[in-house]
Amino acid sequence: MDLARSEVAESRSGKASRSLPGRWRGSAARLGLMALPVAFFGVFFAYPVAAIVARGLKPDGSWRFGRITEVLGQSDIQQVLWFTTWQALASTGLTLLIALPGAYVFARFDFPGKQLLRAVVTVPFVLPTVVVGTAFLALIGRGGLFDELWGVRLDTTVWAILLAHVFFNYAVVVRTVGGLWAQLDPRQEEAARMLGASRARAWRTVTLPALAPAVAAAALMVFLFTFTSFGVVQILGGPAYSTLEVEIYRQTAQLLDLPTAAVLTLVQFAAVGAVLAVHAWTVRRRESALKLVDASATVRRPRGAGQWTLLGFVLVTVALLILLPLGVLVQRSFDGPDGFGFLYYETLRSADGGAFLVPAIDAVGNSLRYAVVATAIAVVIGGLAAAALTRRAGRFVRGFDALLMLPLGVSAVTVGFGFLITLDEPPLDLRASWFLVPLAQALVGVPFVVRTMLPVLRAVDGRLREAAAVLGASPLRAWREVDFPLVRRALLIAAGFAFAVSLGEFGATVFIARPDNPTLPVAVARLLGRAGDLNYGQAMALSTILMAVCAVSLLLLERLRTERTTGEF
Amino acid sequence: MFFVSTTKKTAVHRASVTAVAVGLGLVAVTACSSDSGSKASDSKSVTLVTHDSFNVSKSVLKDFEKTSGYKVRVLEDGDAGQAVNKAILSKGNPQGDVFFGVDNTLLSRALDNDVFEPYEAKGADQVLPQYRLAGGEKGVTPIDSGDICVNYDKKYFADKKLAPPKTLDDLIKPQYKNLLVTENASTSSPGLGFVLGTAAKYGDDGWESYWKKLKANGVKVVDGWEQAYNEEFSGSAGGKKAKGDRPLVVSYASSPPVEVLYAKPQPKEAPTGVATGTCFRQVEYAGLLKGATNEKGGKALLDFMIGKKFQDDMPLQMFVNPVVKAAQTPELFRKFGVTVDKPQTMAPKKIADNREQWVKSWTSLVLK
Repeated sequence: MDLARSEVAESRSGKASRSLPGRWRGSAARLGLMALPVAFFGVFFAYPVAAIVARGLKPDGSWRFGRITEVLGQSDIQQVLWFTTWQALASTGLTLLIALPGAYVFARFDFPGKQLLRAVVTVPFVLPTVVVGTAFLALIGRGGLFDELWGVRLDTTVWAILLAHVFFNYAVVVRTVGGLWAQLDPRQEEAARMLGASRARAWRTVTLPALAPAVAAAALMVFLFTFTSFGVVQILGGPAYSTLEVEIYRQTAQLLDLPTAAVLTLVQFAAVGAVLAVHAWTVRRRESALKLVDASATVRRPRGAGQWTLLGFVLVTVALLILLPLGVLVQRSFDGPDGFGFLYYETLRSADGGAFLVPAIDAVGNSLRYAVVATAIAVVIGGLAAAALTRRAGRFVRGFDALLMLPLGVSAVTVGFGFLITLDEPPLDLRASWFLVPLAQALVGVPFVVRTMLPVLRAVDGRLREAAAVLGASPLRAWREVDFPLVRRALLIAAGFAFAVSLGEFGATVFIARPDNPTLPVAVARLLGRAGDLNYGQAMALSTILMAVCAVSLLLLERLRTERTTGEF
Repeated sequence: MFFVSTTKKTAVHRASVTAVAVGLGLVAVTACSSDSGSKASDSKSVTLVTHDSFNVSKSVLKDFEKTSGYKVRVLEDGDAGQAVNKAILSKGNPQGDVFFGVDNTLLSRALDNDVFEPYEAKGADQVLPQYRLAGGEKGVTPIDSGDICVNYDKKYFADKKLAPPKTLDDLIKPQYKNLLVTENASTSSPGLGFVLGTAAKYGDDGWESYWKKLKANGVKVVDGWEQAYNEEFSGSAGGKKAKGDRPLVVSYASSPPVEVLYAKPQPKEAPTGVATGTCFRQVEYAGLLKGATNEKGGKALLDFMIGKKFQDDMPLQMFVNPVVKAAQTPELFRKFGVTVDKPQTMAPKKIADNREQWVKSWTSLVLK
């Protein structure tokens, strides 16, 4: 008795029997939905990146593909490539291992402080890596917790890099997988148990296949993030470890060796493309209509020793891995020269002799303004794209799906330099425009929106839509009444992601920073770049404010969910 | 039948709505960009493109705006290397009128790529001779200088009753084993400056063997200045909190006065000192960008930057030394800082020719 699979069979046969006009209708609507995302990606991603790669490979009007073999033949480039790939795979595996129990606990258990904790685990996402490096050294470095407990020092080892990647990406798994898990109908698993399946078998045959798309999506995003990891690798691993991203940054931003940078960018594309292909291939067979219920119906208090143990394990992991490093930053922000106090926070308000033309505290407002605009762009573009990709797709559409993921796997410096040489003529001279910041941030936000919404959207049973259509609803109305209530939760999770991405985004923001208009991460980096106790303390205080802003924003987003049962269509 | 036709209509309708939306979106984007586009088309404003360490007092900027009648827009474009490379990539169609912050390690590259419109600023004759370009480079103006030097933690050496190192030669002596932390020369500007200083002192053949000895003497390399100074160095405020255990760090000659300036309450003497025989001199230049929309305003801004007001304000904003005769180094620098008499220097052309090869050799020698 395999519910999910029988439904797939049904919808496949349903597709085959659809009339021709119906099929045309579907593709026209899909093209309509895709127009805006395609335009957005074409102008703000594909064109700039293609231009900078072409500048490198075609310096004087003729293509020089010989450069490719030349660069790839270098043994140190091969080493970099190998290290980049295996650390990303290892980081992804470790993150899934540690975070999947967390996803389950956050999805299914009810415990005090859960909402706050869910917001807090997303906080690492917004912190500049240089700050996180600092915090992590307090955990695994000299005189850190591990050192004091067991005499273990992990800094400048690969373990430091892997653990920090788990710290950063824990929330990705908890949010994407947990979001779907919370809405899976537990009665399906119960039905399998009634029919005699063991607990393990019921989980393996019912729940796991249903979760697979979300797990794959999370794994994909974690992989892309860790594959293009930059600061973490440099700070915690030490300069001996170098990733492709670091190499591209050096070749582009420091040496201006565009040919080499172009080849490396193509290599990055190839690697990311291969991963996307694997992902598409594994997921295509798996995504199926599921019975989704409202999340509030599936949550309950843990029961029995096993569940309490699981909850305890997850809470301890979160405390050690996430709360402790964050706590170090908070502690340092209050630890002034004359004991604990608000001295560093007070100095944030003054502009004289500081690192900016404005009081550092103004960065909070700037960050929030950018984040709101970036989130709006990401949700509109990502939402349209997800809606277009929901319908059973042909090869073309799948290619579009991959295109949307690419920004996660391409270095910020490539995109930034691409902007510089493409968006430099009126009417699109955006090089110094504030608008470039939220645009660049939305580029990174869109993949999150798509990946979070897609599993849920695809799980919506098409027959509900058909029923609505038979009853006379227009496609738009059917979407509003059927899909929207089910995906609203996913949409909010996605918006939270996009918001966090924007708050913490650094690469693009640095490119067009105005000294009278800094964002929080830029301000933190700036303060850390100057000697002196007050600057260091202010950097810690601003980091703490950044965490608080992130957590509070996410909590408010969670609160937007009005409780509605899914029963009313 | 009827049912199909209505939905057909809605599909087409929806597609056209989307098309309109795309159009609107692009219009909105261009509208947003036109009012804050990179080129202020009016000649009433002048744009300074620079790196993210640039700083100036608000009052000084206001003063220029009042006397010249131009409004100044500052555009910070990443770190120094990135900003210069972006100026090169967008040459002929620059993002602004004046570029500030190209230092002697990058100057040749910028000049070879023809980024600047030659202009001799009014008052350039006031620049002290040691900052003028010896290599016959034309058309850019020196604005400030700073020295990259090893800093030491005074308390550590006092407690150990050990004399702090003074020169590059001292750093490879056994009594200073495992004490020094420096930055990655391939991504960090002080890290690069320190390597160039050793290349200047020990020559093209000698600097590698010096680094072999330094490595044998336990030099630690971390990614960037922030980590070296705020985490590993035991003498800085951040390093004390992070329990840093390296009493020697590659930083700037101006770091000790800055430690004092940003301490509360201000100590009687700086907690850190400078090993004056380990320094490499950096000079930063500014120039008029080729293709500037407001050339006149750009020239006025360059004249201003070499003038006394800006030069007097600069040290406490960017922690660098002024380059003109009339400018005063602030009391803070005189009281808590040092004068570096004989820093290592190197001609910009020589740096440009060798930099990449040196960084490569250094990387495989020290990091692998």
